[in-house]
Amino acid sequence: MLAVPVPDTWQADLLGQMAPDERVLAWLAPDLDSGLRYAQGMVAVTTHRILAKPGVDAAWSSWPVQTGLKLRTHDQAGVGSLELVDDSARLGWWRYTLAHQAAATRLVEQFDRLLTGEVTQPDDQSAYGDIDGFDDEATAAPAGWALLRLGRFAKPYRTLLIIGFILTVLSTAATLVPPYLTMPLMDEVLIPFQNGAPIDYPKAGWYLSGLFASAIFAWVLGWGRTYILAWVSERIGADLRTTTYEHLQQLSLEYFGGKRTGDLMARIGSETDRICIFLSLHLLDFATDILMIVMTALILVSIDPWLAMVTLLPLPFIAWMIHAVRDRLRHGFEKVDRIWSEITNVLADTIPGIRVVKAFAQEKREVARFREANDHNLAVNDRVNKVWSLFSPTVTLLTEIGLLIVWGFGIWLIARHQISVGVLAAFLAYISRFYLRLDSMSRIVSVTQKAAAGAKRIFDILDRVSSVPEPANPVTLPRVQGHIKISNAAFRYGSRSVLRGVSLDIAPGEMIGLVGHSGSGKSTLVNLICRFYDVSEGSISVDGVDIRSLAISGYRHNIGVVLQEPFLFFGTIAENIAYGKPQATREEIIASARAAHAHEFILRLPHGYDSLVGERGQSLSGGERQRISIARALLIDPRILILDEATSSVDTATEKEIQKALDNLVRGRTTIAVAHRLSTLRRASRLVVLDRGQIVEEGPHDVLMAKQGAYFRLHQAQSRQADGDMTAWNNNADENAA
Amino acid sequence: MSPYPSPVAIVRTLKVEEPRSTIPPGASLSRNAFGKLVYVEADGTVHTDVAPVRAFPIDAALENIALVSADGHELLWIARLADLDDAARTLIAEELDAREFMPEILRILEVSSYATPSQWQVETDRGPTRLTLKSEQDIRRVAGPLLLISDDNGIHFLIRDMTALDRLSRKLLDRFL
Repeated sequence: MLAVPVPDTWQADLLGQMAPDERVLAWLAPDLDSGLRYAQGMVAVTTHRILAKPGVDAAWSSWPVQTGLKLRTHDQAGVGSLELVDDSARLGWWRYTLAHQAAATRLVEQFDRLLTGEVTQPDDQSAYGDIDGFDDEATAAPAGWALLRLGRFAKPYRTLLIIGFILTVLSTAATLVPPYLTMPLMDEVLIPFQNGAPIDYPKAGWYLSGLFASAIFAWVLGWGRTYILAWVSERIGADLRTTTYEHLQQLSLEYFGGKRTGDLMARIGSETDRICIFLSLHLLDFATDILMIVMTALILVSIDPWLAMVTLLPLPFIAWMIHAVRDRLRHGFEKVDRIWSEITNVLADTIPGIRVVKAFAQEKREVARFREANDHNLAVNDRVNKVWSLFSPTVTLLTEIGLLIVWGFGIWLIARHQISVGVLAAFLAYISRFYLRLDSMSRIVSVTQKAAAGAKRIFDILDRVSSVPEPANPVTLPRVQGHIKISNAAFRYGSRSVLRGVSLDIAPGEMIGLVGHSGSGKSTLVNLICRFYDVSEGSISVDGVDIRSLAISGYRHNIGVVLQEPFLFFGTIAENIAYGKPQATREEIIASARAAHAHEFILRLPHGYDSLVGERGQSLSGGERQRISIARALLIDPRILILDEATSSVDTATEKEIQKALDNLVRGRTTIAVAHRLSTLRRASRLVVLDRGQIVEEGPHDVLMAKQGAYFRLHQAQSRQADGDMTAWNNNADENAA
Repeated sequence: MSPYPSPVAIVRTLKVEEPRSTIPPGASLSRNAFGKLVYVEADGTVHTDVAPVRAFPIDAALENIALVSADGHELLWIARLADLDDAARTLIAEELDAREFMPEILRILEVSSYATPSQWQVETDRGPTRLTLKSEQDIRRVAGPLLLISDDNGIHFLIRDMTALDRLSRKLLDRFL
């Protein structure tokens, strides 16, 4: 009997292996063999044993459950391993891609519980849920044609759009009046005159004033429609830009980690602008053209159906051509867009890194890199232009041929006295406009494709779902006490397992120091506590509430963060201090600056608190910037404080000053300090030593030193280094003296 | 006297260390019953669960391999796999095969859509499979015609030479570049 649903392909096979009273508790379908080739296998834990079959054609093997057996998983470079071992050897070994990690974890869990006698019944599968958290941002699929989806942004302006549309119809109709009037003008005024009759001046005047009136009409209506629709499309473009930026701000750090700045800037800046121009200019023209063509066709048919048919003959050809070229052009333009962001990326890479470029004298190399991207751009554009350049002249040629046909057929009809000269003149007047429009319509193909490509790239961002989702029914914490409990947390970044089985209980007001080699997972743990990322497994709770069930911004208001590289935004120092609490009073700002030991140096600046600091706070020293960021954290009076290598990038003297500021900050708050330099963690009540994603030691400084373990070694290494530095310093001084 | 050492002195201190490319006499490499590699140094120190790590997994797969202990320290440097004796070479090659997973795409059979996320049906040197491309940016040009594609599970797929693929694969791939 199978109590847990197993894939159809394995069901019969697995059932055939089992005893009547045996049930499957959990299963894993490894998709790789031991040589890491793709192959379908099956490992199942049943109430009695472990059943496994490495491939479809292989034989089943089984191991009865008994104490001493152990199932273990670990993963490396995107591949997971499941091992079955006993005391003396490895019995089985299965490999799988990380898509199956959840199933493997479940399998091991069930096996362990089976060994301890906890389960004999299969668990409800749904209780485990899907813990493949990393797929969240990818699952939102784009649906429908990107440009049509812009309709969502057009909705608020419905009324204006309808007015604009009515104006378009009217103004187009007005432009169609003049050619119609040439018909009677020719037949009733000019031709009779040529045949000897005098010119009928009142009639001519009447027709001419009709021409003038329609021109004025078309002018006024055209102005109104263009203004209204441009106004609306500008608003749509602006809304689109803001919405995209707003959405971008909601996305998790993981998204930003995978994107390059230049690309995102291009998307939000130039793509939205392109869409806006498309809407206000090209789409409007296109709508007018379509209206004009439909109306002209109707008028032509009403005058003379036969001549109308001949006139409209080239239309299907042109429509077919437009269709044929459309596909090629669209791919071409998508390519051009991607190449364009490649160029922006080169700029965004090198301009902030200009000091490194210059220091290593690699300007030529960077220029070469830029030229390469630019050449790539050129090549792609050349290819697009090859198709494109042929397109317009062909349309013109078809137009000329169309006119020729109308002339020929018209002359023939006149010779047979079926139409008047005036009718032919009117037809020619109409179709020269008509074909002119077809020509400009053909241009819509490329701009539509460009705008559609842009819209697709915008919706790529808008469709992204944050991997740190806002809870549907957030729990509100009235006042956070600061009791943090991390239970069995694991975190995987892509295929790399960064944290495993971390459990930590931090009492309110306690200061914890996180130490370890770089890459041991200290910063990741801190990022998880801030909820910049969500744990892959396990949980983190604050005051007994899982942080995933708290509203994100509400939760972060309770956290103060001081980073290694303090980031100052362009603005005054006061604005930068009040970044987390914009409504703060001047007194509050000054009080927190005082507590952060920043007050005095701020007063020494020429404009005091109103001094402007640049994009990266260039005019301030590292220690000064750090103290501003400490003041920033102090101002929001957080219950939980994160110090992520707050003193690593400054010299020892500055560190002492910062340390004084930090001591004020830490008082009475739950503090988690990450530090490379162990000396900065003297105040910590407990030190937690991390090594390769796991907690290896925990306790106060003295206890850990006495233990002579990992912490002791770290400490020894650092004091040796400090001594070494001192000796080198002294030696140098000696040499100088000599 | 200048407090700074002269440039020549700096270059001298950067002298390249002569690589030890064979297992030194007295040391040995073997596999235990748990399937782990065991390296015993000449002085008798036993390291269980050592791992061979390629320094240049893409550029030079058979050269510059480090034998690393379970806690991440380098024990032995193998400049060229060919320099080792047969037994050790087989052990290391086996272990590398089982550790390093970078399927090389030989053909692209089908893509679900030209808009990302897109599902690709591909044939690799490790058998046919399916991968999900999250965005065009997950395709990276490493050097020249060499492409690295990372799928949604973080597996890196390699295309050694995009110009050497067959027509259909090139056409499909081209839409994402």
